[in-house]
Amino acid sequence: MLQLNGLTKVYNTGDKALSDVTLSIPDGQVVALIGPSGAGKSTLIRCVNRLVEPTSGEALLDDINITTLGSGGLRKARRKMGMIFQEYALVERLTVMENVLSGRLGYVGFWRSLFRKFPQKDVDEAYRLLDRVGLLAMVDKRADELSGGQRQRVGIARALIQNPSLLLVDEPTASLDPKTSRQIMRLIVELCEERGLSAIINIHDVALAQMFVQRVIGLETGKVVFDGAPTELTPEVLTQIYGEEDWEATIEKVDDDAEEAV
Amino acid sequence: MPMQEKNGQKVWQLRTTKSQWIRWGMWLVGLVIFILSWQEISDKTLWFMMDNVGEVIVDIGSRATPPRWSYINQLWWPIWDTLAMATLGTIFALIMAVPVAFMAARNTTPSKFFVRPFALLIIVSTRSVNSLIWALLLVSIVGPGVFAGLIAISIRSIGFCAKLLYEAIEEISETQVEAIRATGASPLQVMVYGIVPQIMPAFAGIAVFRWDINIRESTVLGLVGAGGIGLQLQSSLNVLAWPQVSLILLVILFAVIIGEWISAKVRGAII
Amino acid sequence: MSVALEAKLGQAWKKPHFIKNPAWRWALILGSIAYFAAAWSGIDINFGRIARGWERGWQFISAFGDPDFTSRWDDIYKGIYESVVMTIASTVVGIAISIPIALGAARNIAPLPVYLVCRAVIAVSRALNEIIVAIILVAILGFGPLAGFITLSFATIGFLAKLLAEDIENMSKSQAEAIKSTGASWTQWINFGVQPQVMPRLIGLSMYRLDINFRESAVLGLVGAGGIGGTLNTAFSRYEFDTVAAILLIIIVTVMFLEYLSGIIRARIQ
Repeated sequence: MLQLNGLTKVYNTGDKALSDVTLSIPDGQVVALIGPSGAGKSTLIRCVNRLVEPTSGEALLDDINITTLGSGGLRKARRKMGMIFQEYALVERLTVMENVLSGRLGYVGFWRSLFRKFPQKDVDEAYRLLDRVGLLAMVDKRADELSGGQRQRVGIARALIQNPSLLLVDEPTASLDPKTSRQIMRLIVELCEERGLSAIINIHDVALAQMFVQRVIGLETGKVVFDGAPTELTPEVLTQIYGEEDWEATIEKVDDDAEEAV
Repeated sequence: MPMQEKNGQKVWQLRTTKSQWIRWGMWLVGLVIFILSWQEISDKTLWFMMDNVGEVIVDIGSRATPPRWSYINQLWWPIWDTLAMATLGTIFALIMAVPVAFMAARNTTPSKFFVRPFALLIIVSTRSVNSLIWALLLVSIVGPGVFAGLIAISIRSIGFCAKLLYEAIEEISETQVEAIRATGASPLQVMVYGIVPQIMPAFAGIAVFRWDINIRESTVLGLVGAGGIGLQLQSSLNVLAWPQVSLILLVILFAVIIGEWISAKVRGAII
Repeated sequence: MSVALEAKLGQAWKKPHFIKNPAWRWALILGSIAYFAAAWSGIDINFGRIARGWERGWQFISAFGDPDFTSRWDDIYKGIYESVVMTIASTVVGIAISIPIALGAARNIAPLPVYLVCRAVIAVSRALNEIIVAIILVAILGFGPLAGFITLSFATIGFLAKLLAEDIENMSKSQAEAIKSTGASWTQWINFGVQPQVMPRLIGLSMYRLDINFRESAVLGLVGAGGIGGTLNTAFSRYEFDTVAAILLIIIVTVMFLEYLSGIIRARIQ
């Protein structure tokens, strides 16, 4: 379970990216975080694993206070949080296998990782995950040879091999075409279900979010302005989050093609 | 768009009159500096000596041809030494340049205010001084020979390699590094998995590029006593043995072309 | 569980090698090691000499703490002045000659015979080390800055024309074609279609070459081709390390200043 208490981030420039965010996410819940660009979505999930240092407040994962951990403790805590990135953030010149295995770096020593001598059970798990995301044939391809959707699948495998209890997902579909976006979202949600993971998914596409998640949190200038089920997202709520716009089309689109099989 | 009235008609101009004047003024200043510079060189030249330059060239040319081919047998060892200085010098320089580059790059330096200026100082001071001057100095410290040349090449190359490398490090994609950090990797692992793969092509390119340059530079270090084929060049020049000089120049030309060819091949294979 | 997965489970994984053929790989590795060992063994290090020389090395290093600008100031001033003069004149002349040669060495502009001639000029200029050119020129023209000036101009051609030609070859075709399609003459085409595209790079490279020429001018004096190198050589041979330190500091500061200046100029152009 993830618990955020009064999490606040003020950047050196004086921009207040997060102000006093308090929320809790029980185990196994998948949450979509929506909001306009600059609302603090990325900052929020980066404050959880402290890629960005929060200014005040605390984040607790399974009752461990992440915000006060020292560097060793923080590395241990990060192992429990898999992160998936917008631009995939694979190390492009490494092979698919190395990218997936890099998810185990927190568990193996420096010299083993330097010589790529990962334990056999990690290698097996990598094979299983690559099979699950449909990339078993690509094991020794270099990451920059893959298409966008394939790279994001590798990114997912890298996050899952950490054996996390929480997934932090930053705009997983922003660089993908609509069809691939759905496939990726479906994959993430399915995997969370299989493994009982909770997840925070930053997402621009409201319709896509409604299609897949159980709970939506709306962020606006660093504050939580909505927290509820996807069905409660009315035009009024969206106007509050994003500003004035014709929202009917966005919401309705969901029901039309929700069942497109992949 | 600046316009100007001329005979009651608007005339289009690229620049305003004022900026046009400034431009002309700068060109004029540049021209004056150049003429003064040329004047200075001209004053220090004995122009009456130049009347028979053509004859001198023909004279030296006829003495230098044909090259004394048999002399090549005394050159094999110096050639080997020259290549050894270039190759080993490049390797030593790279070994020392890597930590300096990591200390100098803004995104990897341990401390922006203490370590980074120090690293930049190493870069600028080794880079500004020509390898021949380093050789001159090292000959007086470690004595004449290949070792002095090797160290001179190494020192001169540190700054060069470290500068290019730290620029490459500053250009890496930060999100890839972030992704590795997010897995719970230690700082050393972040370096090995997140940073090193990204700078590897640049590193290899820099290495062969500098090796290519070092071959050229190591051919002349012998002039100040630091070993290699330059020694033979110096002694041949001292006794005005022009057929030997021309052979040595041909050998150097050949070595440089081979070096350039290899480095082009290697760079093609990596990138 | 798929068949493909079952086949892989339990299998060790190894990073694919950069060179796939094992015979080639081992030949390359062993060959390199053998060469490095042989090269290293050919270098004799006289530790006794180094131990004796170390004192002198320390004198040199400590001289930087107390450089002597004054006692040879006249020589230093003359040398630096001559170096600067040679640098400026040779850079200007070198650029002026480089531009037509660069145009000739760009395959997308020049006809084949012109291309080959210009490339040959560049190749010769790049292959010959400045010092060697200076030695030959001193033999022909006698001592003095003229030899250094010609050497640096010649070296500038190889550097600048090559990089500029590559830049012209990489320029945007569509922009150049757009100008051509207006019916512009050859010179107009160069002026409007090519020049604006390569101008920022030309200025950047020129500044960089100015910097290199200054550094090179500091050593040409060692072979009698003018500049501060002569003064430096004299100071070295007299073991006047405090004067050497002063000269080197002046060179380093000048190079830093030139780099700073070229950074500003390049930033303003782009």
